[in-house]
Amino acid sequence: MTRISRSSLLMAPALVWLTALMVVPCALVLALAFFRRGIYGGIDYTFTLENFGLVFDPLYAGIFLKSARIAGTATLIAVVIGYAAAYAIAAAPRRWQPVFLFFAVLPFWSNYLIRTYAWIVLLNREGLITQLLRWFGYTGEPPSMLYTEGAVIAGLVYNYLPFVILACYAPLSRLNPELAEASRDLGASAATTFRRVILPLTVPGIAAGAVFVFVLSIGNFVTPALLGGGRFQMIGNLVYDQFLTANDWPFGAALAMALIAIMLLVLMAQALAADRAAGRAAEVKADG
Amino acid sequence: MSEPRTLLAIDNVSKKFGRVTAVDSISLDIRENEFFALLGPSGCGKTTLLRMLAGFETPTDGRILLDGNDIARTPPNKRPVNLMFQSYALFPHMSVRANVSYGLEMERLPSAEIRSRVDAILATTELVPFADRKPEQLSGGQKQRVALARALVKRPRLLLLDEPLGALDKKLRGAMQLELKRLQHEVGITFVIVTHDQEESLVMADRMAVLKDGKLLQCDTPHAIYEHPADRFVADFIGVMNFVPGKVSADGVIAANGARIMGKVPAALASGAPAVASVRPERIRLFPSAETANRTSGTVEALAYHGLDLQLHVSTPLSPKRFLVRVTADAADRRPVSSGDQVELGWDAADVRIFEE
Repeated sequence: MTRISRSSLLMAPALVWLTALMVVPCALVLALAFFRRGIYGGIDYTFTLENFGLVFDPLYAGIFLKSARIAGTATLIAVVIGYAAAYAIAAAPRRWQPVFLFFAVLPFWSNYLIRTYAWIVLLNREGLITQLLRWFGYTGEPPSMLYTEGAVIAGLVYNYLPFVILACYAPLSRLNPELAEASRDLGASAATTFRRVILPLTVPGIAAGAVFVFVLSIGNFVTPALLGGGRFQMIGNLVYDQFLTANDWPFGAALAMALIAIMLLVLMAQALAADRAAGRAAEVKADG
Repeated sequence: MSEPRTLLAIDNVSKKFGRVTAVDSISLDIRENEFFALLGPSGCGKTTLLRMLAGFETPTDGRILLDGNDIARTPPNKRPVNLMFQSYALFPHMSVRANVSYGLEMERLPSAEIRSRVDAILATTELVPFADRKPEQLSGGQKQRVALARALVKRPRLLLLDEPLGALDKKLRGAMQLELKRLQHEVGITFVIVTHDQEESLVMADRMAVLKDGKLLQCDTPHAIYEHPADRFVADFIGVMNFVPGKVSADGVIAANGARIMGKVPAALASGAPAVASVRPERIRLFPSAETANRTSGTVEALAYHGLDLQLHVSTPLSPKRFLVRVTADAADRRPVSSGDQVELGWDAADVRIFEE
């Protein structure tokens, strides 16, 4: 058996899986987006582009922007917290690192919904945080934390933080500690050493973690549905609503496609940046 | 000649890690513009001592005086001392030029001055053609030169080198030993090198310190240490030494077989105490004259040809270990020996060193 046929044989199950469960459904949804909504729900199979036009309606475009803002904020916070945690784990004694990593990913062992419900218990007006404040002597109005944008961001950060920790830990743990020492030896402060040596060398991990959080957050509908107020907190809720409540499948499909397009753009931008970094190195190499 | 000035005084410095004493009350003076070697087997404390000089470790006890100022607690970025790391620790995301400029940028020097100083050091270290390359595109020897340039461009009072030649192959190592010496001479900076390779320190150092188990055993010129080792460990560690175990007598050592090895007995050794007499392989002559103080017969067990000399492994009645004898190539030509031959060995009393066992 030749090398090529063997590798294609190994790839076949994954290809079949992806085709059946990713490509075909996506193609169906894409096709759906070009039809009209039937008068009593259902689908009127006449070709139209107006669903895509509606996506750019200020009302819906605004939800896209809001989703991007919420996902972006969650990404920023998750990266800051996750990088710090990964840094601390990588700096811990070697034999403790797997233990800390285990604790970092421990929440993944419980269901996403249950973890999100736990935040309701924490944040509601008579929840744990309010009780804790009372215990410390706070007597005023209980703060309204649940059903706010902040609650959605907190939920997203909490759920996707382990991805960032894992993505940042990989390059941080591989970093030769003598590089930081060399920087100090050459006269750099600890802060400068971080900015000029440690951070640039761990950017790939940060980028991978950030893209992960952003892509998962912008399409999320469970967290905004449970922790956010209002009906259309984020684009995911809007899509959900079009399919299951408004019964406008074609418009829901157009929204879903727009969302996929945004995610693809983000992923492509990351791939391009990584490619350019690798290409630059290769170019210099060929030059030498 | 004026007395050389002391640049760095290590004053009774100790370093403990928990219950382990890595460096044990070491005192050393390192002089201005000298090439100083810290030598010892792995785990002897030489790297810990070096890291204290660089500022990465703080002594548990003692002072480190640079130009008379105690720098023991000064952070590494605030001392005029630079370290060339064993792994070189070049910044992989920066070009050679950026690596070398880094230290001067930290001093906030004007960019024109940075440029000219970097250009000068790149020329000295023959790195100009590689200035725009990344470290991963360099050979081991080139990386080593970048690491050296990066430290030297700072014009430190003291340059520390941690096993600088450890990663290079043997041939390149020989060339770099001379290169380092030339550079040290050229830039006029005091070098302190850490090595476990005794040959390396003999070749390069003006003076060297031999360490073992965190203690300083001897500090002197390579010649003095080679010819007059302080104790049996130093004698064995530096170069090759033949040992004859026995007991101290008035004028030497009496070997187990009753033979007398003549030599100067140190005053500290009492008559009858267990001791070893030792002699360097190159001090032993084949077929000595009758008046030679120390003589023994032996059987050549093995021969090793080294080009410049011939090394004979000779079993003798003096010691269970074979003697190593080095015969120059032309002496070997005049009177050839081969494996299995009976030979006479002889050496002078002046070449014998006697140590406490």
